[in-house]
Amino acid sequence: MSVDVTKLTAHDASRLLASGDTSALELTQATIERISTVEHLTGAFVTITDDLALEQAGQADARLGLGPSPTLTGIPMQLKDNMVTKDILTTCSSKMLKDFVPPYNSTVAAKLFDQNAVLVGKGNLDEFAMGSSTENSAFHPSHNPWDISRVPGGSSGGPAAAVASGEAVYALGSDTGGSIRQPAALCGVVGLKPTYGLVSRYGLIAFASSLDQIGPLTKDVTDCALVLSAIAGHDPKDSTSIDTEVPDYTDVLTGDIKGLRVGVPKEYFVEGIDPGVREVVNKAIDVLSGLGATVDETSLPHTPHAMAVYYIVAPSEASANLARYDGVKYGYSTEAQGTMWEALEHTRQEGFGPEVKRRIMLGTYALSAGYYDAYYKKAQQVRTLIRQEFNDVFKKFDVLVSPTSPSVAFKMGEKTHDPYMMYLNDIFTQPANIAGIPAISVPAGLSEGLPVGLQLMANHLKEETLLQTAYAYEQATDWHTLHPDL
Amino acid sequence: MKLTSEEVRHIALLARVGMTDQEIQVMRDQLSNTLDHFQSLQEVETEGVEPTGHAADVTSIMREDRLETSGDRADFLAGVPRREGDLVRVRPVLD
Repeated sequence: MSVDVTKLTAHDASRLLASGDTSALELTQATIERISTVEHLTGAFVTITDDLALEQAGQADARLGLGPSPTLTGIPMQLKDNMVTKDILTTCSSKMLKDFVPPYNSTVAAKLFDQNAVLVGKGNLDEFAMGSSTENSAFHPSHNPWDISRVPGGSSGGPAAAVASGEAVYALGSDTGGSIRQPAALCGVVGLKPTYGLVSRYGLIAFASSLDQIGPLTKDVTDCALVLSAIAGHDPKDSTSIDTEVPDYTDVLTGDIKGLRVGVPKEYFVEGIDPGVREVVNKAIDVLSGLGATVDETSLPHTPHAMAVYYIVAPSEASANLARYDGVKYGYSTEAQGTMWEALEHTRQEGFGPEVKRRIMLGTYALSAGYYDAYYKKAQQVRTLIRQEFNDVFKKFDVLVSPTSPSVAFKMGEKTHDPYMMYLNDIFTQPANIAGIPAISVPAGLSEGLPVGLQLMANHLKEETLLQTAYAYEQATDWHTLHPDL
Repeated sequence: MKLTSEEVRHIALLARVGMTDQEIQVMRDQLSNTLDHFQSLQEVETEGVEPTGHAADVTSIMREDRLETSGDRADFLAGVPRREGDLVRVRPVLD
């Protein structure tokens, strides 16, 4: 039987594989075929690993032949190219790592490989995950499958475009200030940023360590729960990993949210949101209400300061994390002659792109003598206030709703000239990273023919509440069944 | 707030990122613009508020002191840009 992979979910694929109606090899071949048909339009990949994928598919089929196998066995997926994969090029979409072949696997890759998942390739991103449009990739931009003249969002633009276009059944992205949720919203797929510490960061190339978190990009909420169940869990190799029981997240997908307390924070419905986005989100809130949730307005007064906190904390951590790229141990090394210090400056001048340099500079400034208290310490104090505010609000509400992004996908090149304008894309997603809480974006409709995402936020480790709400919403609507005509 | 080119040059030196005069100018204007938007933080009352460095409430994770293999030496050396045999070659530290 030939399979149409463009709309295939992991839970359907798993069923077809278990019943023998298809094979991992067949699914993988169909996915590779799909990649060869549309990749020149989407630019979703940095590296396509077709030979490896076919080999892994063969191994998956052997395992499936032996009896019941893990849910993700034999299913083609993509990993964002900032998660290291042993013996497979991992570039972070940077010239600095253009030839970097890691000697080990990230924990998430190892967990998926243990299930005999099939890696079809590594997903494009904004260099070092810094950006909101995937135009900052050192290699090529990615395009939105709904309209290739528009951006897919970022920084996980490759993974979002790959899932939306059927070049992978699901993908893993990383989210530091919205990098899973914003591209998921702009490409019409589901994207989850888990609670900080729920998924191991071991082998995720560091951007801002107190904010970074890996999560799934999928075609629906069931897949999101499946993939999260596969990658979550304590890891001794990540010192910030939470030691908690990981449930089977699909168990909570009942569709029943009667009595759920939903808060609508007024600071997330300010001027500057596209009217079309506002309308879609308001309708989505009505749907939740119609399902028996109680909906009330609430307030998180420090929200307008989240962006300043984010753009001080994240670049500060980045400036420290990216100090390791010295052209000595691995990665790009300048050809220029000179002393160690001169070579170091040349290596970093030639190896990093403009946005990465901007953030290293911003972070170095915020941490430098004389400015530390005014910027870094101040931002960390306001971070405390933002966390407390969420804590207080979650005493009254189970879930908070907002738009994921203030606009639909914008035109390529539209915001590249003004870094600050680009930064505004993530105003609704950054607070969740600052507070470390989980947040999900689900498709909620179209505006101007382009997807709009609904963001749901919940308290620490309340992924089950989040997924339960998202699933109930998804079952009551059919936005997740819309696919781009590519 | 307006940064001077000298200040930007100083930050570039601290960050060890080489920059041309033109890059310094562009960076000066873009950083100044971004920092302007951050001034609103100064309005927030934070007297006595503890700073948050991490979103997770985990501290000082200790592992058992046990010998483990953590990868193959040859694999790690394979990524070194400049080497002589099993040695990593570095540039002159002294002028």
